Amino acid sequence: MDQLIIAGRAFNSRLMVGTGKFASNEEMVASMEGAASEIVTVALRRVDIDNPQDSLLNHIDPKRYLLLPNTSGARDAEEAIRLARLARAAGCEPWVKLEVTPDPYYLLPDPIETLKAAEVLVKEGFIVLPYINADPVLAKHLQEAGTATVMPLGSPIGTNKGVRNRDNIAIIIEQATVPVVVDAGLGAPSHAAEAMEMGADAVLVNTALAVARNPGAMGVAFKKGVEAGREAYLAGLGKQQDCAEASSPLTGFLGA
Amino acid sequence: MNITFNGKAKQLAANTSIQELLDQLRLDCLQVVVEHNRNIVPRQRLAEVILNDGDTLEVIHFVGGG
Repeated sequence: MDQLIIAGRAFNSRLMVGTGKFASNEEMVASMEGAASEIVTVALRRVDIDNPQDSLLNHIDPKRYLLLPNTSGARDAEEAIRLARLARAAGCEPWVKLEVTPDPYYLLPDPIETLKAAEVLVKEGFIVLPYINADPVLAKHLQEAGTATVMPLGSPIGTNKGVRNRDNIAIIIEQATVPVVVDAGLGAPSHAAEAMEMGADAVLVNTALAVARNPGAMGVAFKKGVEAGREAYLAGLGKQQDCAEASSPLTGFLGA
Repeated sequence: MNITFNGKAKQLAANTSIQELLDQLRLDCLQVVVEHNRNIVPRQRLAEVILNDGDTLEVIHFVGGG
């Protein structure tokens, strides 16, 4: 597959994976390996001293994976900026998946606070990958503010509903000057393939892997979906039309 | 003295440094990041910063997320 370039850095994989909701660290690692991902997202939370846990970082090889800390839990720009700075201070490269989700029911990203935070973080030297609703105007504002990608959602986080806003994602892809990563809601390899066939540059998947009976095997399945979608996009898909058009010659033999 | 540790009240001996507190709690300073009264404390300064009564400390680490 052709390489994905984000902020000047080349990746062989176009499938980013999350690390949340897995039943065990072993299943999480199996899904990352099955997916052959090179970018994995992580979250930041308070240490719970009453329930000490094995550190996530003991299971993710930083030489093999780029850790992409997210700002999940942030309800406004200020909280997101605070989390991004903490992630950098924790020793991460200055990459951040910016997400600001004030509404806990649908977890839809706040466009105004996301743009505000992006402007600050870009100035501070962060490589910002903002999670957004599929709003082409917002996507343009963000790329003009200097974000490294835009990450429109296919459907709300964890819903497994797939790409429910095709038309707006198509406009974002058409207008984008930065890679478009379809994030959230992709519940099946066919959903990932669909996003890639549309011309998305990459996808990010978490829940579908974490809840699979076999997360490692599901990682492999998503990898194939992403590759099939990318290759189909590059090969050039036929246009849809309403009338039939015969695949076999209509001339000769019977009743010619 | 008392500090607020990750949102909860915690009693400490006077003149405890952040590093000493992390050691007491068996937290590896390489796997956490510390905010002291809303300011991030760089790892190399954890031993220098002495906690005072009423301070607020946030000790954060990475967890799974999407």
